[in-house]
Amino acid sequence: MEKTAISTSDLTKIYGERAALSHGNFVVPNGSICGFVGPNGSGKTTTIRMLLGLIAPTSGTATVLGESISHPEKYLPHVGAMIEGPAFYPALSGRENLKVLAELGGFPLSRVDQLLEKVDLADRGGSKFKTYSLGMKQRLGIAAALLPNPKLLILDEPTNGLDPSGIQEVRGIIKDLADSGTTVFVSSHILSELEMICEYLIMLREGRVIFSGRTQELLSGQKPIIVAKPEYDVDLTNLAKKLTDSGFKISIVDGSLHIEAAQEASATINRMAFEAGITLASISVVLPTLEETFFEMTGDSK
Amino acid sequence: MIRVVIAELRKLRRPTLLLGTIATVGGLSALFTSIIFLMIDSEDGNSRRGESIGPEELSQAMGLVYGFRLVGAFLGIVALCIFASQTAQEYSLGTLRNLLVRQPSRMKILAGKFISMKIFALVMVLFAGALSILISFALAERAGVNTSAWTTSAAIELLFRSTLNIFIATLCFGTFGMILGLLLRSPISAIAVGVLWILILENILGALIKSTGKWLPGFNFSNLGEGGIPSLSYRHSIAVSLAYLVIGGAIAAVFFKRRDVAN
Repeated sequence: MEKTAISTSDLTKIYGERAALSHGNFVVPNGSICGFVGPNGSGKTTTIRMLLGLIAPTSGTATVLGESISHPEKYLPHVGAMIEGPAFYPALSGRENLKVLAELGGFPLSRVDQLLEKVDLADRGGSKFKTYSLGMKQRLGIAAALLPNPKLLILDEPTNGLDPSGIQEVRGIIKDLADSGTTVFVSSHILSELEMICEYLIMLREGRVIFSGRTQELLSGQKPIIVAKPEYDVDLTNLAKKLTDSGFKISIVDGSLHIEAAQEASATINRMAFEAGITLASISVVLPTLEETFFEMTGDSK
Repeated sequence: MIRVVIAELRKLRRPTLLLGTIATVGGLSALFTSIIFLMIDSEDGNSRRGESIGPEELSQAMGLVYGFRLVGAFLGIVALCIFASQTAQEYSLGTLRNLLVRQPSRMKILAGKFISMKIFALVMVLFAGALSILISFALAERAGVNTSAWTTSAAIELLFRSTLNIFIATLCFGTFGMILGLLLRSPISAIAVGVLWILILENILGALIKSTGKWLPGFNFSNLGEGGIPSLSYRHSIAVSLAYLVIGGAIAAVFFKRRDVAN
């Protein structure tokens, strides 16, 4: 069995003078849940389309499930994908839309109703696609991606338009699939979601891969922040001045001091506050979230 | 490829398209056939371009298929619209990416689509023909047309030949629409360009420069449906139509195979 579900080597796509993806190198380990993040226009969808054989790379190579992307017919029967939102025939029902794809892929039609059940669309399967809400369309897209019982599932923004319970359901589906050995490659703008489920991350910025590896590795490489909150708000500026004078880099956020320092500095900060006659209501060490790390690495503004 | 054909037929048999087409084709067939028999004594004529066709001519074997042959040209326009929209909508709806993920061979997708639309066109032609013949028999007596020649072997042979010719012409129009759909990737643009070209531009060109007529695609497709006319042979129309469709089809197929699916 291949160790990698996806592997790219200098994968490049150039449109005119603009590189949608430039020398992309990354690996998605088999059986993992891998997040694919980057600002809009960073090249995520272009990369996914190349992996699915929909667009041809300008240069470079890639393999999916051990097969070259120049022969998509060898791996696509084992790949499920939802790219850039669900696209279906508006005048056909959800069930008929899935049957078209099942017939095309040679999958049993009995699978259609099982999948409608799985994505909670069983009672609306007979309604025309054009009458579906955005969340229902999204769920149908996920059902279509699951048709081949895939070894690799590629999802582009699967939680777009879903309500919180829908998001939770999708998270559950992804986790279940990963538990059964399916590799899931998922792009999303909801970084907190990815942080919860993804062991691996690939981060793009302006068509370049700026990180590829374990999520933990990315987050632990970031500087922690010590959050200190004085008991009385009036002490906030005093403590801020004292810490700044001692060389700490600080910022005030929602009545708390955010201090960029190693975990070991907590004791020093606590002592300095005590010596200045300031009582701290709380002091804690916080690692940056994926969202904060993303903004820092991509230079994107919140 | 059979899987593609089955999947495509599922799309083509959706009620809005199937019933809409049946209603359109049935309406056209009923209208044109009825006009021939109900306006048989009209001074304004009862056939194309104000021509008159009387009971004597309709009483011959040809009378059986006269209405069907009149509606044949319009079946071509209907086929052009359906083939163009069914092809181009895959781009405009973004569904082509789903199809290609499930069937990566683009040529199989194209061939499967073409075969399924051929089947659809055949059903359309057979329905129009059957309805036209039923109406012809129903209205013949009232129009003073003797139908005894309609049941002879000559009439049956003429019926088969006319059906085949109309089917071939319908396929040519449909293929022309499919090529436009593949090249323009928008149903509205493909239908507009196709219909404008066939119904308006070719007529203007043909009227301005007489010699162009025999080289224009629409004229030749229509001539195939007619089974050939004295001024334009069937064989010539087959050659010209094939040339247009093979060259156009090859260009469209190359575009379809190589073009990035970026929407």
